[in-house]
Amino acid sequence: MSEAYFPVGPGLGLEENFLSLDDILMSQEKLPGRAESTLPRLAFALGQGAGTGDSIPEGSKLEIPLWLAKGLHDSKRRIISVELPKIYKEAWRTVFSADANVVDLHKMGPYYYGFGSQLLNFDNPENPEIAQTILQTFISRFRRIMDSSQNAYNEDTSALVARLDELERALFQAGQKGLNDFQCWEKGQASQITASSLVQNYGKRKFTDMDG
Amino acid sequence: MAGERAVGLVRELHRAAGGHLPPFRAEGLRQALEEMRALYERNQADVSEAKSGRTDLIFLIRFRHCCLLRNQRCILAYLYDRLLRIRALRWEYGSVLPNTIQFHMSAEEVEWFNRYKKSLATYMRSVGGEEGLDLTQDIKPPKTLYIEVRCLRDYGEFEIDDGTTVLLKKNSQHFLPRWKCEQLIRQGVLEHILS
Repeated sequence: MSEAYFPVGPGLGLEENFLSLDDILMSQEKLPGRAESTLPRLAFALGQGAGTGDSIPEGSKLEIPLWLAKGLHDSKRRIISVELPKIYKEAWRTVFSADANVVDLHKMGPYYYGFGSQLLNFDNPENPEIAQTILQTFISRFRRIMDSSQNAYNEDTSALVARLDELERALFQAGQKGLNDFQCWEKGQASQITASSLVQNYGKRKFTDMDG
Repeated sequence: MAGERAVGLVRELHRAAGGHLPPFRAEGLRQALEEMRALYERNQADVSEAKSGRTDLIFLIRFRHCCLLRNQRCILAYLYDRLLRIRALRWEYGSVLPNTIQFHMSAEEVEWFNRYKKSLATYMRSVGGEEGLDLTQDIKPPKTLYIEVRCLRDYGEFEIDDGTTVLLKKNSQHFLPRWKCEQLIRQGVLEHILS
């Protein structure tokens, strides 16, 4: 990772960070919903039906991205109701409480924690259980992530990382960086001036461009 | 679906990991802005219709408004994150960027980079006594004044403090003042050798 570039980090809990690329992509994930009343001229915009004038009838199922669901959510007038994605539902919550380590969160997520926290914005009666499951899942998976990130030195980590959620990946990378820096220091290389990683990446790119 | 173009920009930038700067997507940005204009105009038309009694349109107006805000957020985040990357380039490369990177920047970004360079230079002159202080030097604490370096590619002649010039040829090895060659090491021209 480049030393001088610090991207805007994702927000915590219920808050999204406005300028964070991670949060923008996270809020692009879709969740199932239902139209509670007839919505005129909206069919085309949501990708259902061909004509611009078509309306969405009451009770039809929709797939809407999180940002839209948040923007349209109104506790007083329920026009669109939001349902839980299946990974946050009761059945999956049981799986997580049985053994959270076996779940491939990247396939199911990849923003399991962030998206789950955002779901708490909608006044769902199951909110406390969702929050509890997310927290417990993180706790039970964290030990393993920390362990592997601190001990896999000079190894191919792609298999370890493949099943991790985006938040967990960031943690894993931070652990790996710490490990590498420490090993560097032990070997007495910490004072060596190295080429900037950004420069190294551009160098690689240049060579591949020449080949192509 | 509205907002796809703007998210596409963000997605591409996000995929370029480690502070890498992908080409500026002027066309994608223009299309996203065009989409926003269209949304705004249709909303204006529907607002006047809603005023004359069609209250069922209010939801539709709100939907378009959400899309507008979403597009705005994506575009702002896209531009802002690019600026963060460009700022990082100043610290990693020094004040002159290679052409390959400059081609990836828009005219406004080049302008911004030049101004950032100027304010940084003004600041560095103002601290640390009369001569100023180069903050990009000595990122790691120096142990010796001179260091052993090996040349990784042909660079040409290089003048050091005492007026002598050395020829930096590929695979040649030199003993140079640290502060003179730190930048070249970061740019990948020289390699620092530890004894």
